[in-house]
Amino acid sequence: MATAAAHTHAETHTHHDEHEHEHHEGNFFTTYLFSEDHKTIAKQFLLLGMFWALIGGLFSVLFRLQLGFPDADLSWLRPLLGGWITEQGKLHTEFYLSLVTMHGTIMVFFVLTAGLSGTFSNFLIPLQVGARDMASGFMNMLSFWFFFLSSCTMMASLFLPTGPASGGWTIYPPLSALEQAIDGSGTGMTLWLVSMALFIVSSLLGSINYVTTVINMRTHGMSFSKLPLTIWAFFFTAIIGILSFPVLFAAALLLIFDRSFGTSFFLSDIYIGGQALAHEGGSPVLFQHLFWFLGHPEVYIVLLPALGLSSEIISTNSRKPIFGYKAMVGSMLFIGILSFVVWAHHMFVTGMNPFLGSVFTILTLIIAVPSAVKIFNYVTTLWRGNIRFTAGMLFSIGLVSFFLTGGITGIFLGNSAVDIQLHDTYFVVAHFHLVMGSAAFFGMLAGVYHWFPKMFGRMLNEKLGTLHFWLTFVGVNMVFFPMHYIGIAGFPRRYYSWTNFETFSGFADLNTLVSIAAIITFAAQFIFLFNFIYSIFRGRLAPANPWSSNTLEWTTPRVPQHGNWPGEIPTVYRWPYDYSKPGAKDDFIPQTVPYSETPESNLPHENELVKLEVGKGAPIIVPDNKGHH
Amino acid sequence: MMSLIIGIGVVLVLAILYMIFRIGNLMGVTKKSDSQDGIDEDQNNLNAWLFLAFLIFSLVGFYYYSFAHIKEFELPVASEHGVVTDDLFWLTMWVVVGSFTIIFIGLFWFTFAYRYNKNRRAQFFADNHKLELVWTIIPAIVLALLIFGGLDAWSDITGPATKEAEVIEVIGQQFAWTVRYPGVKDKELGRQNYKLIDNQGNEFGLDLTDKNSFDDFKALELHLPVGREVLLKIRAKDVLHSVYLPHFRVKMDAVPGIQTNFKFKPTLTTEQMREQLGNPNFNYEMACAEICGQGHFSMRLLVVVHTPEEYEKWKAAQEPWLKQNPEYLKRVPAELRDVALIKAGFEMEGTTPAATVAGEPAKSTESKSTLN
Repeated sequence: MATAAAHTHAETHTHHDEHEHEHHEGNFFTTYLFSEDHKTIAKQFLLLGMFWALIGGLFSVLFRLQLGFPDADLSWLRPLLGGWITEQGKLHTEFYLSLVTMHGTIMVFFVLTAGLSGTFSNFLIPLQVGARDMASGFMNMLSFWFFFLSSCTMMASLFLPTGPASGGWTIYPPLSALEQAIDGSGTGMTLWLVSMALFIVSSLLGSINYVTTVINMRTHGMSFSKLPLTIWAFFFTAIIGILSFPVLFAAALLLIFDRSFGTSFFLSDIYIGGQALAHEGGSPVLFQHLFWFLGHPEVYIVLLPALGLSSEIISTNSRKPIFGYKAMVGSMLFIGILSFVVWAHHMFVTGMNPFLGSVFTILTLIIAVPSAVKIFNYVTTLWRGNIRFTAGMLFSIGLVSFFLTGGITGIFLGNSAVDIQLHDTYFVVAHFHLVMGSAAFFGMLAGVYHWFPKMFGRMLNEKLGTLHFWLTFVGVNMVFFPMHYIGIAGFPRRYYSWTNFETFSGFADLNTLVSIAAIITFAAQFIFLFNFIYSIFRGRLAPANPWSSNTLEWTTPRVPQHGNWPGEIPTVYRWPYDYSKPGAKDDFIPQTVPYSETPESNLPHENELVKLEVGKGAPIIVPDNKGHH
Repeated sequence: MMSLIIGIGVVLVLAILYMIFRIGNLMGVTKKSDSQDGIDEDQNNLNAWLFLAFLIFSLVGFYYYSFAHIKEFELPVASEHGVVTDDLFWLTMWVVVGSFTIIFIGLFWFTFAYRYNKNRRAQFFADNHKLELVWTIIPAIVLALLIFGGLDAWSDITGPATKEAEVIEVIGQQFAWTVRYPGVKDKELGRQNYKLIDNQGNEFGLDLTDKNSFDDFKALELHLPVGREVLLKIRAKDVLHSVYLPHFRVKMDAVPGIQTNFKFKPTLTTEQMREQLGNPNFNYEMACAEICGQGHFSMRLLVVVHTPEEYEKWKAAQEPWLKQNPEYLKRVPAELRDVALIKAGFEMEGTTPAATVAGEPAKSTESKSTLN
């Protein structure tokens, strides 16, 4: 059925396109707002994601002010924060927790899930597999607008007099369930849950589209074994999302019941605000299981797309094939599967049965193996390359560096016995901010620098990009590396101040250093913002293939219109990583060049494939292609 | 006025930066693309050298700072299992830092060494199964070794406590810890129920129909005996908290509705630790490690480790909760009231002369046996 549908789809396209094309030119709303074009939707995701990244970053600067300069007078922030600055010019203790909570929620979900997957899955899947658009443009449009609604809801919660949710981004009940426990668990938490429910709908609509498009809408010759690693990464990410987000939805729903309808899924034996509550028999630990069943795969939902983007960028700019293509795909698949069975390593000391702790220790440390393979493969890809330091390449190398620095500390934390001391200290903060936060953020920036020419038809300024990279790269290292030391010294997370404890009252200087680095890093992002906005309008016009890259998106016109390719969709003959092939004239051979045209560089088994290429544009039979078209 | 001047200053600086950017852009247009691939080799080399500088400065800085200062960050350890997990931590640290250094150097050295050169071509090196096998198997073996050490320690730490363990209950609430000891007479914690908690004094929700509750006493500090196994029974009244004893390498969540446990053996008294650190003001502390509301950062409890003799003396000197709250005597069922009076150490009318708390144990066991 899918075969037939795809076939007719392809046949009717030329006519269809022109029709839709005119339609889109005519109407502002359908072109820029309620567009069903995957490129426009991708840009919408990107802009909203960038907006949230600024808010999330600003929040982190605000609480770093408190941590780095505990004695400073913050009255000057009153025009912005109003009553959240106390009479003494200090950040309100509860608002501090709101900031921490919102920083986490915004960065993990709105920036690194929607902003990253939403932008690049949407933009690159049709362009790199050779499709006119997503399987369902309408669902794709809905996906963005659900994200928009979710954003509005979350934004509204910031302006509540009782403040937004403040129980941590993991919203563990009973703290998140009881208004008496913290103000943010009132209306703020309700809006958080509504916003997250909308977000999950958005994510599912998007993911289903990504998976369908990758499976059904690849162009002639684009077998799975010829997919760029970006597409593999988006494909696995979408599957992980489809399987795990509904569990968060369930957890959120049960929490809504507990909060508003008197059920006791997560609540039991509570005495608060001078009275014993009627809830009995629930388990807060159950919520943690449900939450982390999404929460851990979420780490890979955030990270895999970034790894996919950087694989592509590093290969292109090293002018070398990515080392171990199959191992890269295999390790992503393996990571994807294992990501579902390691969740309880977040819960070693929550009162969970210690036997489970042993099981999850083993599974967690197994997941380190495919991660290590990926790092080795990146490093080997650089080896004997001819490296061009485009801004995208700089950020990709930064990503690998953070993936290494942050990932390797997971070996401590995954080991339950060692985790007892490190759990919920700054060691954990350092670990996940590097391996997931910064790595994924760098992947996103790398992607923007690399594909900006295809998005807007103009180049970003490379000098500003370089400046942006070095400030951010050094800044992020200065922010998170010292946290390892503070964590070894035992400093707990989510503390407004440490001066109540003799044990934790040292190292104020390190905390100041971290805060200064955070402010500089945040300020450096405005260089990027300027570059981004300026270049959309005034940037140098982009050549068709600015990075001499092999993948399909660079065969489109400078600014691809609706339908992506003006004529037929090109046929694909080879994998995307034929860089610097011995014998070839150029140091790259695009996927659309048949082997019959490159006898000088073909490997022996590729010469066999020449016989199967009947003619350019005609259906070709490749052994591992099941013949969708 | 001041802020206006600052505002104008900021605008001026931004304007100057913008002008510099524009001029740079225009200069770029005039001397554009002298190399055939459109690559600015100067900038490319600059980045390569910066990566080399980053490699050297960060590694040297990391090793120098760590060796010079790591002692300041190491928390002294004062429990038996803490020594084991610390050893594991440092073993892991050596393995991790070793492999980190090698990969880090590889990553940035290759980045530097294989920077763009228009006369060179990259090597087409798509895969090598032997290499991939090597770097799959080696990490797997190293990780397996670390896991086995960890799992061994984990099962010891989380295994059941011995019968002789000193049982102490720790209760988390917003935003303080309370501690309940089982009392010197029956050495058993009395039952409790969260529905019995009230504002008048029964903060434990102590169930006074259970005779084990009569001699339980409350403490405002956590007192521990050195060299004896301690079993903390942990619960929470309102939201999640987490018992965190940094010097003892203890961390366990306090969960409303579930009792959690952690057993450990303190190895150094507060006095010994003060001597060892040369800090006469040193104190052990307990903190909360799970976000619990706006006072999360202030849930401090003082921890005192005694010699066993001092510890027994301290315990014997504590007044049972029931004695401190005599109005709750009426909640005790009539048939248990005498036991309650004796166990809680009330002065008995007529029968015996005023019994001192310290002198009571023998008497109480006797009366217990007769009354039972």
